[in-house]
Amino acid sequence: MPNKLIDLVNISKSFNHTMVLDDFNLYIRENEFLTLLGPSGCGKTTTLRIIGGFETPDAGHVIFRDEDITNLPPNKRPLNTVFQKYALFSHMTIAENIAFGLKIKKKSKSYINDKIKYALKLVNLEGYDNRRPDSLSGGQQQRIAIARAIVNEPKVLLLDEPLGALDLKLRQDMQYELIRLKNELGITFIYVTHDQEEALTMSDTIVVMNQGYIQQIGTPEDIYNEPENAFVADFIGDSNIIPGIMIEDRLVEILGARFPCVDTGFGHNKPVDVVIRPEDVDLVKPEEGTISGVVTHLIFKGVHYEMEVMANGFEWLVHSTDMVPVGTRVGISIVPFDIQIMNKPESEDEEAAGVNE
Amino acid sequence: MNNRRSKFLAAPYALWAAGFILIPLGMIFYYGFTARKGGFTLDNITAIAEPGNMKALILSLILSLISTIICFILAYPLAWILANMKFGKGSFVIIIFILPMWMNFLLRTLAWQSLLEKNGVINTILSFFHLPALKIINTPYAIVLGMVYNFLPFMVLPIYNALEKIDDNIINAAKDLGANRMQTFSRIIFPLSIPGVISGITMVFVPALTTFVISDLLGGGKILLIGNIIEKEFTQDGNWNSGSGLSFVLMIFIIISMILTAKYDTSKEESAP
Repeated sequence: MPNKLIDLVNISKSFNHTMVLDDFNLYIRENEFLTLLGPSGCGKTTTLRIIGGFETPDAGHVIFRDEDITNLPPNKRPLNTVFQKYALFSHMTIAENIAFGLKIKKKSKSYINDKIKYALKLVNLEGYDNRRPDSLSGGQQQRIAIARAIVNEPKVLLLDEPLGALDLKLRQDMQYELIRLKNELGITFIYVTHDQEEALTMSDTIVVMNQGYIQQIGTPEDIYNEPENAFVADFIGDSNIIPGIMIEDRLVEILGARFPCVDTGFGHNKPVDVVIRPEDVDLVKPEEGTISGVVTHLIFKGVHYEMEVMANGFEWLVHSTDMVPVGTRVGISIVPFDIQIMNKPESEDEEAAGVNE
Repeated sequence: MNNRRSKFLAAPYALWAAGFILIPLGMIFYYGFTARKGGFTLDNITAIAEPGNMKALILSLILSLISTIICFILAYPLAWILANMKFGKGSFVIIIFILPMWMNFLLRTLAWQSLLEKNGVINTILSFFHLPALKIINTPYAIVLGMVYNFLPFMVLPIYNALEKIDDNIINAAKDLGANRMQTFSRIIFPLSIPGVISGITMVFVPALTTFVISDLLGGGKILLIGNIIEKEFTQDGNWNSGSGLSFVLMIFIIISMILTAKYDTSKEESAP
C-alpha cells in the first residue's frame, strides 16, 4: 500500500455555531485520485479548503508527510488549487497567468518560458500565450487554471468542482482530460464534486460525505455495487431502497415475499434496508417472478427504457433495454448477488453519521 | 421594430444632450474665438498667458493635484477596510460616510469657514487648552482642506466598488500560487482596482480644478484660482468672450490630464489578440 501523503486527524470545523465537520478523519495516499462526493453542505468543500490552507480547523491536525501543516498559510503549502470559477487574473495574459507562481518563486526567464510552453501543450492550448482570459471559453479558462497550478509542480492538486460551470459534453471531455493529466503528472488529485458520474468516472477512491460525516470510502465499484447505507445507495445512481426483514443468512423478506441473497451475519428476523439497482430488476412472465405487478410508467432514455412497476405496494424502478408497455402484467425476479442488504439506522443522528454496527 | 422603439426611447436624452451639452459647448467655442466687438480672434485663448491668469491656472493645477493625492492616500485604505467588512456592514458604513454629501455643498464649505476662522470653533478650543492658534483660513492649505473634505467620497466610492468586485477566490488563487500578502496586493489587488482609482482621480481632480466656491469661501477672496477668474469674467466683467476662451483652455487641460491618467489603466487593453 502506498504511503499516506496527507492525513487529516480529528478535524472539527464550525461556521456560526453550525458544525460542518465533526471529528473528521481521512488520509490520502500518494498518487491517488481521491474524490470527496456529497450533496451541498456536506462539508466536502470545507475539507478541501482546510487542506489548501484557506480555512483553519477549530480542532485537529493536517499532516503532510509527517509534518504538521495545520497552521501553515496557503502560500507555503506544497499544493495548488484549481478553483470553482477558474479565478484567472483578468488583468494578465494567459502566459502571465501561468507564470505567476513561478515569478513569485523567482525562477529564471528561460525556465518560466519552457514551463509555459510545456503547460500549454499539456492542456492542448498551444499558442494562447498572449490571449486574455475573458477571450477564452469556459472550458479553455478551466484548462488554463489547471496549467497555472501544475507548472508549480505541486505534490497535490486540489480541484474544487472544476467542471461545475461547463456544459455536459465539455464536462465529459474534461473528465478524460483530467485522468490523462493525472497519469502524465503522476501526482495526487483531490477532487470535490456533487456529481456522482464525475466521481465514478475519474476516481481511484471515492469518499461519500453527508452532513460532515464520511458515509463510505471505497473504489467506484465498491461504492456503486455495495453501498453501505441507504444514503450512499440513494446518492449514487438510481436505486430501489425497500425496507425488509433478514429472515436468516442468505434469505431476506421484502414486501411479503422471500428472496434468496448472498449476505450473511445480520442475525435472525432483523429489520434491514434492501438496495436493488434498477438495472438488476429482471422483468419476467408473471408466473415466473418471485412477485408480480403491473407496469405503470414507461420512458425511453436512449440507451435503455425506464419503467415503473407497481408490485406488492411498492413502485419498483426498472431499467431495461427491452420495452414492456404500460399496463402489462409482469413478474419480478432478482439474482441473489444483486440484492444488497444494509443495516437500518436507529436514529437520525446515526443516519447522518453513517454508523454501522 | 424593437430597434426603432429603443431609438425612440433615446429621444428625450438626445434632446437633452443637444440642448444642454452640445449647444453650450458650441457657444463656448464661438465666444472663445470671437472678439467682444465681433470677428475672429485668438486673444481670448492667449489671455491664459497673462501673468495673473497663468498664476491662477498653475495654482489650480497644483492645489487640485495635491488634493487628489491626499484624497487617494486617505481613500484607498478606507475603501480597502470597507470592502473587507463582513457582508452588509460595509455598505452601512458607506452610507454613514456619504451622509454629509446629502447636505448642501455650500453649507458644508461655509461650515469649514466658521470652523477655521480666526475666532472660529477650532481656535476657541485650542485657546482653551492654551495651544497656539491655527492660522490656515485664507491660505491655500484651507482650500486644499476644503477640496479634500468635499471630494473625498468621490474617491472612496469608485475604489470601494472596484475592490468589492474582486472575487475572494482570485485572492485565494494568488496566495495558493505562493504570493504573500504584499505580493498579492501589489500584483493582483491593486492592478484590479485601477479602473476604480482612475474614476476616483477623475471625479476629484476635475471638480477641484474648476472650483471657485471653495477658494472663494476658504481663500477669503485673496487667492484666485482659474475658476475664480473665469467666474469673474462672466459675472463681474460681463466679458463672455474672455471667460469662454479661458474655459476652453481649462477644458483642454482636463482632457490632457484624463489622457495621461488613462495611459496607466492597462485593464482596458483589448482582450482579443
